Amino acid sequence: MRKLLFAAASVSVLAACGGAGDGSDSDASGNQSSVNGTSSSASDGTIEAGDDFALRLQTALIEAEPGSTITLPAGTFAMTDGLTLDVDGVTLRGASPAETILDFKNQMGSGEGLLVTSDDVTLTNFTVRDSKGDGIKSKGADRITYSNVKVEWLGEPSEDNGAYGIYPVESTDVLVEGSHVRGASDAGIYVGQSDNIIVRDNIAEFNVAGIEIENSSNAVVNGNVVRNNAGGILVFDLPDLPVMGGNTTLIRNNLIEDNNTRNFAPPGNIVASVPSGTGVIIMANEKVMVRDNNFANNQTAHVLITAYSQDFSDVDYNPLPRNIEVRNNTYGESGYNPQGDLGDLASLIGGNLPPVIWDGVTSWGDNPDSDLNIFINEPDSVGFVNLGLGAYPVDVSAASPSMDRPAGESIGAIPTVKLSHAE
Amino acid sequence: MRVALAACLVLLLPACGQQQVPAGPDIEAILAAGPAETLADYGLFTDPSAREPSEGVISYDLINPLFSDHASKHRLIYVPEGQAAGYRGGEEVLDFPVGTVLIKTFAFAPDMRSPDEGERYRETRLLIRKEDGWAAYPYVWNEDETEARYAPAGAWLDLAFTDPSGAPVEIDYRVPNQNQCKTCHQLGDAIAPIGPKARNLAHEGPLGVGQIEDWTMRGMLTGAPDSVEAVADVHDVSLPLDPRARAYLDINCAHCHRAEGSASNSGLWLGWEEQEAVRIGFGKHPTAAGRGSGSGTVVIEPGAPDASILVYRMDSAEAGVAMPELGRALIDDAGVELVRAWIEDMPTEN
Repeated sequence: MRKLLFAAASVSVLAACGGAGDGSDSDASGNQSSVNGTSSSASDGTIEAGDDFALRLQTALIEAEPGSTITLPAGTFAMTDGLTLDVDGVTLRGASPAETILDFKNQMGSGEGLLVTSDDVTLTNFTVRDSKGDGIKSKGADRITYSNVKVEWLGEPSEDNGAYGIYPVESTDVLVEGSHVRGASDAGIYVGQSDNIIVRDNIAEFNVAGIEIENSSNAVVNGNVVRNNAGGILVFDLPDLPVMGGNTTLIRNNLIEDNNTRNFAPPGNIVASVPSGTGVIIMANEKVMVRDNNFANNQTAHVLITAYSQDFSDVDYNPLPRNIEVRNNTYGESGYNPQGDLGDLASLIGGNLPPVIWDGVTSWGDNPDSDLNIFINEPDSVGFVNLGLGAYPVDVSAASPSMDRPAGESIGAIPTVKLSHAE
Repeated sequence: MRVALAACLVLLLPACGQQQVPAGPDIEAILAAGPAETLADYGLFTDPSAREPSEGVISYDLINPLFSDHASKHRLIYVPEGQAAGYRGGEEVLDFPVGTVLIKTFAFAPDMRSPDEGERYRETRLLIRKEDGWAAYPYVWNEDETEARYAPAGAWLDLAFTDPSGAPVEIDYRVPNQNQCKTCHQLGDAIAPIGPKARNLAHEGPLGVGQIEDWTMRGMLTGAPDSVEAVADVHDVSLPLDPRARAYLDINCAHCHRAEGSASNSGLWLGWEEQEAVRIGFGKHPTAAGRGSGSGTVVIEPGAPDASILVYRMDSAEAGVAMPELGRALIDDAGVELVRAWIEDMPTEN
């Protein structure tokens, strides 16, 4: 409102002076260009459709009062640069993901479609489409809510798509619910270096990884549909990052099926090593429970428990998974067409793989063997293999596969994650 | 709202006649809670086109500036009279007092091989030290260069010029929005200047005198030793590659790539002071690079610039790949060449 009036004043004055405002300048002159009579004055944070939409939206995001709501209209809106929000407590609300679409196909700058760097923000009811880098990133944004948001890259899965769809990082209290991510060349929903996390009731499809919890603690991944990715749900801990020691994640009640899309991640990224056709991968993490999920038709394996696979020098880093429990899941067909390194290893045990796989790495560096407590708490009818790789770094030729389950005990219940900003 | 409109008109009407400019820096405007609508409102210049600084507004430059699409940058500083910036060691940005204004105007000439001929001001960015910390405000110049107006959402400018190598370029030049200013100037939860570290000021500036000594003489700076070691000039080919490349990464990357910066989560920290090899990029795998990694698996592969993600991202102008991800539409060829030579020159293992 204030902006419009100032701009109007500026234009009228300039016109009185003669000279300026010849129209050719309109794209170049920032807020001077926002008045042309077509945009009715906004009320209470509603951004009207019309000319200079991106400019007016970004201005509103900058000038928002803490705690206010910015409402986006229905329509598809072309964005030329990433949007940024740095005001606490703002709600950004569209009409619905189908109706309100922020289209970044012609984005010229920034590393993501929308960047949030303030606390207590809610993002809801809109779509971010075809951003050049990540879709929506929130960094150091505590108590954030993503609800009924869609992030998508249209077309066939492609290396040229952005890396992460929904990307909260370095945050405490993260809620991602009822959202839909499609086509990310890394993870659809990626929560990194964060604490206290709920990812529930989302759809993640045609990404390299559907959902990834990385270098994070106290996460619940519940009730999601994770399908047609290369890998379904990943719980990773990586070295050489400011926050390490990922732990305490519950993966429960998810439908994890048909994750047989080719791995289209650019090489070099950790997810490029994910074998296409893997349901859940737990890598170098502590205290992870995988229970009550429905696994179906993942061509390599339903559950893979593995050590970190690349070289590292970080003395504070533990590359092994430990205190892992797999229980009471439903397992459909799997392992009939194993990909990647697991394809090579499968030939050692007759070509097909069982649904649950542990690489059997129990030591690294000069450290002695450790008891990792990998507990496969499933009926005997659920197939399992310990690849028996022994020591890190992984040497595939050292494999000595065994169908015997390691001795383990229950890790107990994962504490319920209570967010301070949502039920 | 009517009141606001009327006030606004009153404020702007004098623009038709002789521009009324405050007599000297207006500390009220400088310390106000929000930005002034025009650059002239601060009284930092005696003319509306901001060529003539007011009393106490001093030109300076940096030994190594950030690359910004070959823009000429005109830097000035205002420190309120009777106040002084504190010296905090050569590696640190000076401790500027409340009321300090850092002024940076971005300008282009038709032929950037002779940047003074036909130069046009495009945007002016202010960093103001308010009572409660720094604020960053972008201003965009009109076509006649008679007024620079606050532009919180930034702007896209269609620019065409001949670059310093003689090649014609046309770009969509981005004036960053106010949040994007903060993205680069982030220091933890606050924002802060990037360039004016003592070692990056320690040379003879545009006034023809040593800047540290001059600022001390003027009473704008206190506590600086008689001699401050200068950072390596990135483009001084008489110097070894290592300090030049590290100085380049420091000024072009480390504002985000440090523990307190916007790219902290990458674990890639490119500051001049950083000693740990993996943090600088040796054996450092990409974390969230996506397609920005190209085909590389590590940030720096000694002896192999083409396998180094660092070079790949510097040598791109494509959103989602290019680094820095804000502030440039063009590739800094000289910078790429320097970093490439630095990596090429590194001993390979075994």
